[in-house]
This record gives sequence, C-alpha cells and structure tokens, in this order.
Amino acid sequence: MLTLGELERSVMELIWASDHSLSAYDIIEAMPERKLASTTILTVLSRLENKGFVVRERTSRPHLYRAEGSREEHMADLMHEVLGGASDRAAVLERFVGQVSPDEAAILRRLLSS
Amino acid sequence: MSAPIALGVLAIALAWPVPLLLARSAWPRRSPAAALVLWQAIAVAGGLSMIGALLTFGLAPFGTDLLSAVVNLFTGGVQRIESANAIALCGAVLLAGHLLLNLVTTIVRAERQRRRHAQLVTLLSSPLDGGTRLIDSPAPVAYCLPGALSTVTVVSAGLIALLEDDEMHAVIEHEKAHATQRHDIVLVLFRAWYASLPWFPIAFRAQREVGMLIEMLADDRARRVVDDTVLARAIALVGSGRGETSVEWGEAATVREASSRIVRLEAVPLPRIAESGIVAIAVLLLAIPTVLLLTPVVAALAQ
Repeated sequence: MLTLGELERSVMELIWASDHSLSAYDIIEAMPERKLASTTILTVLSRLENKGFVVRERTSRPHLYRAEGSREEHMADLMHEVLGGASDRAAVLERFVGQVSPDEAAILRRLLSS
Repeated sequence: MSAPIALGVLAIALAWPVPLLLARSAWPRRSPAAALVLWQAIAVAGGLSMIGALLTFGLAPFGTDLLSAVVNLFTGGVQRIESANAIALCGAVLLAGHLLLNLVTTIVRAERQRRRHAQLVTLLSSPLDGGTRLIDSPAPVAYCLPGALSTVTVVSAGLIALLEDDEMHAVIEHEKAHATQRHDIVLVLFRAWYASLPWFPIAFRAQREVGMLIEMLADDRARRVVDDTVLARAIALVGSGRGETSVEWGEAATVREASSRIVRLEAVPLPRIAESGIVAIAVLLLAIPTVLLLTPVVAALAQ
C-alpha cells in the first residue's frame, strides 16, 4: 500500500519529467502497474495544486496540469534552507581545521587523525 | 514596596549580568543538560519578574496583595491613582501581551515553515529504512524535521558519499536525539524570546548558546554508540548537523560551533553533585518571583 505522500511524489516526478502539460488520464496511463482510479489521481493533483507545486490549466477539457517550478528549483529552495558545503572529504577537513585557532587545531588534528 | 523592588532587581539581574556570565562560562560545555535547564529557568524567571515588578508596583495603591488589588481595581475601591503606578500597570499589561503574542507568532511561523519544508522533502526524497529519507543532493547535510505525529530524519546523497559507515551512524544517532528529546520546542522558546526582545544585548547570544548546548546534548547521545574520534570526524565533515530553517548562521559561526563541539569532547563532565546544584539553582530562580508574587495573596487569604 502506497502512502499519499509517495503517490504525490510519483505524480510530481512524472509532471517534472514531462515537457508538456499532463491530464489526469496521461498520469494514469503512465503508471499502468498501479491501477489507479481517476478520482485518486484527481485528489492527488488538487492537493499538489493547493500546495503550489502544480498549476491547473482550466481552458481545456480535461484539465491539464503543469509543474510550478522545476524539480531543480525546488531542490535549490530546500538546500537553501539547510546548510551546504563541498563534498570532497579531505578538502572539507582541511578547510575546517584552517578556520579555527591554532590551539583548537592541535586538539582537532589529534582527535581527527587517530 | 519591597516586592516590586526585589522583583525589579531580579528582573535586571536576569536580563543582563546573569545570562552574560552564563554565556561566558566554560562549564556549560561540560554539562549541557544542566546548563539548558538553567537557561530556561533564567528566561522564564526573567520574564515573570519583569512583568511581576511592573504589576506589583502598579497595583500597590489598590491593596497589599495581587488578588485584593485586582479586585479593588475593578470594583473601584480606590479613587485616585498616581501616574507612575498607572504607567507601570500599562507596562505590565503591554509587556505580557507582547511576550505572549511573540511566542504565538513564532510558534505559528515555525510550524508553517516546518510543514512547507516537510512537503518539499516528501516530493524530493526517497524513503530509506528507519524513518530516514534520502535527498538527492551533493551537499553533505543531515537534519531532523520534528513533527507532532511523525519525525523524519533527512540525509543527503552527498553526506553518504562523504562519511564512513560509523560516522554516518553517529550522525543518525545525533539527529534521532534531537527528535526524541524534542529540542525544537526549546529552540522555538528562545527564538520567541529573541524575537520579542531583539534590543536585549543578551537575547541573540542566549539563542545561539542554547542552540549549541542542544547540539552537544545530541552529541552526547551519539557518543553512546560510537567513539569520540568517529563523532569528531563526523562533526568536522558535516560542519553542522542543524536543519533549523530560520536561524541564520554565517559560515564562521558554523565552523566555530563545530570546533567547540569537537574540543569539548575531551572535557571532563561535571560531577553529579555539581549538576544537581545547578538544577537546584534553576528551581530557586523560578521559585523566587513566584513566592514574591503569591505569598501576600496566600497570607491575605489565610486571614
């Protein structure tokens, strides 16, 4: 049994990956193994719309949905809220030790080298 | 007149010299749990005595104890009031309202931010086992998103690439301690204190100090499952295991915080007796304003 959150994520992945707007039926067809009811998908889409992740285009029938902001933009938002840094192990440690006082650095080197 | 003066002196002491002394002391790093209790007692007792001093001074013409004074105030037992008393009374009401309002807005804002962040995490991460989620980002980060119903620990692909298994274990234990001990509640309280009194010289430092003590407390939990050297490497590599979204920390502050956390791993913890003494002081700090405010009421009721 898939949780609502996981279903939202699968739907969002499809919308992000698509280069054009999708209808609920496009999404159901893209996930045939899930055997999803159209009401379920419409619920998920309206939740995503309320949260501001998708925009509904009401000019056509059926309604079409496109992403509000790319996956990369949302990821950048997310990472902006948490702290980031380089991912080179030696460089991170070196930079770290380089920024503290000599006394502290000595203790750090002793602790870190053992 | 003695209660307003005593409360006023306590309020001034708790607003500036006492927290400054505590922020400059070295011992809190040796016992973060006791220090956190003391910080919270200072904040609550400080607010209580500040409001209490204004209230007792403002109500002095209406009666000797709070209860009868409030009754007299509303039943019109006294015709004339000095302007100084009136100003103090208004000050007490405004200050209490200001503190409460700030607490509520800070909690509401933090909750809204947390929910938005949780929505982003749900869409952008995949589940690992044990309530942990993986975000596909090269930046090495780990943090916990505490919630009323469920708590999520988030780690990034960059962190997994950067850390050895035992270091990863340390990071996860650290984040789990934040979640199970509900450190977010303490942080919100001190953020609200800072938001209400930003012109207080000590409010920002108090918030920063409390944030650091919370990290050390979580480190102590991680030390139960991994060696200090493993934890030290994990701290240095991650820089900061904090996912607080609204505390702005400069790069320098992050490094200083991480190095303090590593250096203090070599410090000897305070003896039990000293920790008990600190907790007793915290209880005393809370008891003094409470007793000063309530004793006359109890005495009047007993008559």
